[in-house]
Amino acid sequence: MQTLNQALFIFFAVLAVASAILMVTRRNIVHGAVFLITTLLSTAGIFLLLQAEFLFIVQIILYVGGIMVLFVFVIMLVDLDVSMRLVQFNRQWIVAGALALVLAAQFLFAIWAGRGALRLPAMAAEISPKNTEAVGDALFSHYMLPFEIASILLLVAMIGAVVMAKRRVG
Amino acid sequence: MIPVDYYLFLSLALFIIGVIGVLTRRNVIIMLMSIELILNAVNINLMVFSRMWGTVDGQVFAIFIITDAAAEAAVGLGIILAFFHNRETVLADEMDIMKW
Repeated sequence: MQTLNQALFIFFAVLAVASAILMVTRRNIVHGAVFLITTLLSTAGIFLLLQAEFLFIVQIILYVGGIMVLFVFVIMLVDLDVSMRLVQFNRQWIVAGALALVLAAQFLFAIWAGRGALRLPAMAAEISPKNTEAVGDALFSHYMLPFEIASILLLVAMIGAVVMAKRRVG
Repeated sequence: MIPVDYYLFLSLALFIIGVIGVLTRRNVIIMLMSIELILNAVNINLMVFSRMWGTVDGQVFAIFIITDAAAEAAVGLGIILAFFHNRETVLADEMDIMKW
């Protein structure tokens, strides 16, 4: 059981990181989108390893099935051939590398400072069937106001997207 | 049991790849996809800390982040479409009509 968990974690982690690197470096945007989908699916597997079953299925349905379909749809609407023949990277490698190093140093320091407290509790013998119920309880009791704000945000985003993408007549 | 650190390192790797993607690519769609990658890395962190504390608060926050990602993708892609209709380009450094 333990070795299976570890093997699955390594598989998903390597897949996620490799396809993330490929996503950032590919010339063709459609390939990038497919690699991002692979990353998101591997992350869903990581969620399942962490016993977050509801988020696992939300990740697949909403992220992969919703957002990524939107991305691919827009990629089809813009002209691929022209942008593929141009230079793909700008000249900010030094800034990007420096910022990545600083971020990595900060994060590693945070992990190092809290290394004593980072312990996962032992995994339950059988998977709890109550994960979705617990998330729903928290969402509709303690997090009611943020939930309402999130729905208003979605409404505003929907109106904004329609206004932005609308073809101007005349 | 897989240590918490491993999940945090995975999240860190995805986050930094996303940051490098946002800063170095010229294509706005790839930049938006890198932002999705960053949000996803944050979700891994929230999930592992939620598991560590034995509560579902982290998972609820992850739902809010996914909501944000959906809203951001919808509006961002709408802006890209509108810009493409006007200027026939999706490159970030061509977006300089406001520049003097």
